[in-house]
Amino acid sequence: MLLERGPFAGSKNMYGGVVYPRILDQFHPNWWEEVPIQRWITRRSTMVLTATQAMTVDFRTQAWGEPPYNGATAYRPDFDHWLAGKAEADGAVLVTSTTALGLLRDEAGRIAGVRTDRPDGDIHADVVIACDGVNSFLAKEADLFGPGQTEAGNYTVGVKETIALPKDVIDERFGVRDREGVDIEILGGTGGVNGGGFLYTNLDTLAVGVVLKLPALGAQPRRPEEIIADLKAHAAIAPLVEGGTIVEYSAHLIPEAGRSMMPRLTTDGMLVAGDAAAMCLAAGIWLEGVNFAMASGIYAGEAAADALRAGDTSAAGLAGYERRLGDTFVLRDHEKLRRAPGLVLSDRVQHHYPQMIANVVERVFRVENPRPKPGFRRIVREERKRAGIGLRDLARDAWAGIRSFG
Amino acid sequence: MVLVSRRPEWPEISFEERIGTTRFDVHERAHIVVDGSVCTDCSTRECIVACPANLFVPTADGGIVFNYEQCFECGTCYLVCNREGAITWTYPEGGHGVVFART
Ligand SMILES: Cc1cc2nc3c(=O)[nH]c(=O)nc-3n(C[C@H](O)[C@H](O)[C@H](O)COP(=O)(O)OP(=O)(O)OC[C@H]3O[C@@H](n4cnc5c(N)ncnc54)[C@H](O)[C@@H]3O)c2cc1C
Ligand code: SF4
Ligand code: SF4
Repeated sequence: MLLERGPFAGSKNMYGGVVYPRILDQFHPNWWEEVPIQRWITRRSTMVLTATQAMTVDFRTQAWGEPPYNGATAYRPDFDHWLAGKAEADGAVLVTSTTALGLLRDEAGRIAGVRTDRPDGDIHADVVIACDGVNSFLAKEADLFGPGQTEAGNYTVGVKETIALPKDVIDERFGVRDREGVDIEILGGTGGVNGGGFLYTNLDTLAVGVVLKLPALGAQPRRPEEIIADLKAHAAIAPLVEGGTIVEYSAHLIPEAGRSMMPRLTTDGMLVAGDAAAMCLAAGIWLEGVNFAMASGIYAGEAAADALRAGDTSAAGLAGYERRLGDTFVLRDHEKLRRAPGLVLSDRVQHHYPQMIANVVERVFRVENPRPKPGFRRIVREERKRAGIGLRDLARDAWAGIRSFG
Repeated sequence: MVLVSRRPEWPEISFEERIGTTRFDVHERAHIVVDGSVCTDCSTRECIVACPANLFVPTADGGIVFNYEQCFECGTCYLVCNREGAITWTYPEGGHGVVFART
């Protein structure tokens, strides 16, 4: 049984966003023929912004525009609804408009189902899979988080505008055709709050938004919609979004701290998956969570089925879940990138390096004849000092970067 | 010609219009309750600037007025507020609250 508190699966869900559905290959070969996506990402840009400058690394490949594809923009209300339909076709019973209020326990204190807000709404189950998202009250009630893991500092809030523009205008502005799409990740551009920005192309809308660090957002004066307005007004962004109409405004939390905030994933009678277990990978150049949620959900389902067959749904009987996670990208990517979130949200990466890089590039390409071109090394040294970055910090961050991303 | 960067042009949009673009199927029970008596001696007031739906409104006498109706159910407010007991936070009744469409 699949419980969903919204009127349909996907109705409560918001993200950037780009989905990476390759995990579905094994269950639904040729999923791309029916998945309700907006555009296939064939162009990916990473943009570094300062108040008046922008430096973009822009990559394009036609390979991502044909099967088996790579990523696609999609509306979650469409995508999640479709995915839930797949689960139903495979025998799951989807019960919508039903909120799980808490856990049921048997005489021995083991988790034995959930209480819902329906009349006579107790649902008894041998295994509960808590995939109730970033706020997971089920994982909290089961006491699976360690001290400090659910502190505000481990979260960011994502706020976005869906902006309508005619398809041909989007095609022209972003240099794409047909179902080709663009993914722009933005470092800088969030004013005094550490975080980042994003701009994605849907068929006839753009998704423009910011991801803002908590609790810092609350300790400064700019509101989220003002920070988005500033980003949209940036000289590098304005020509892309100008003239569009806001057709939806939305917000959602992100568990940002990766591995360090993951709760215990298994307890007697319960598994925790997806954002409920902080499995979202938010590491600067990557922002992935839907694929982690789908994969962990698959592995939780398989482990639960094994445990039911073996007649042992204790934590020991459910151990196949973490074994599967550990063998696959779900925990491996998180292990590898466990230092990345802290590095990406540090002041140097957020403010000092973008300023330094942009100034270096500006000077390298500025022609000030009759003066000869200055040496590259000298420019870097001067701009590093101007941005207030010590050599030792630079070396330490470079090493941390290599260890985090290498 | 002098090239100055101009403020880009798009229609000014009030917060009411902005939040009006999103659908909310409001239930009569308030799923989030703010205890204004705890707020009166809060000097930091993170909720006011952080709530993306702008639902925490300061009053002249130092209190907070909160209206649950157009809420994203995101959780930002209970995370940024450090005062025990100020915010009682639950999800709305099944089938109610925010309904996203193109997110
Ligand atoms: C701004 C932003 C940008 C992002 N960009 C990307 C991106 O580009 N690509 C990407 O892959 N990921 C992205 N992510 C991350 C991604 O959205 C999440 O990692 C992903 O949604 C996690 O899926 P989930 O199923 O675990 O949780 P959710 O998507 O939150 O789903 C939880 C579900 O459980 C339901 N639910 C919750 N509580 C209850 C309850 N008590 N009873 C019944 N039902 C309940 C909810 O209604 C919801 O349907 C982004 C996130 C944000 C906020
Ligand atoms: S809700 Fe919390 S942060 Fe907001 S005013 Fe009240 S006590 Fe302060
Ligand atoms: S849950 Fe989010 S939208 Fe709702 S009141 Fe709290 S901060 Fe505002």
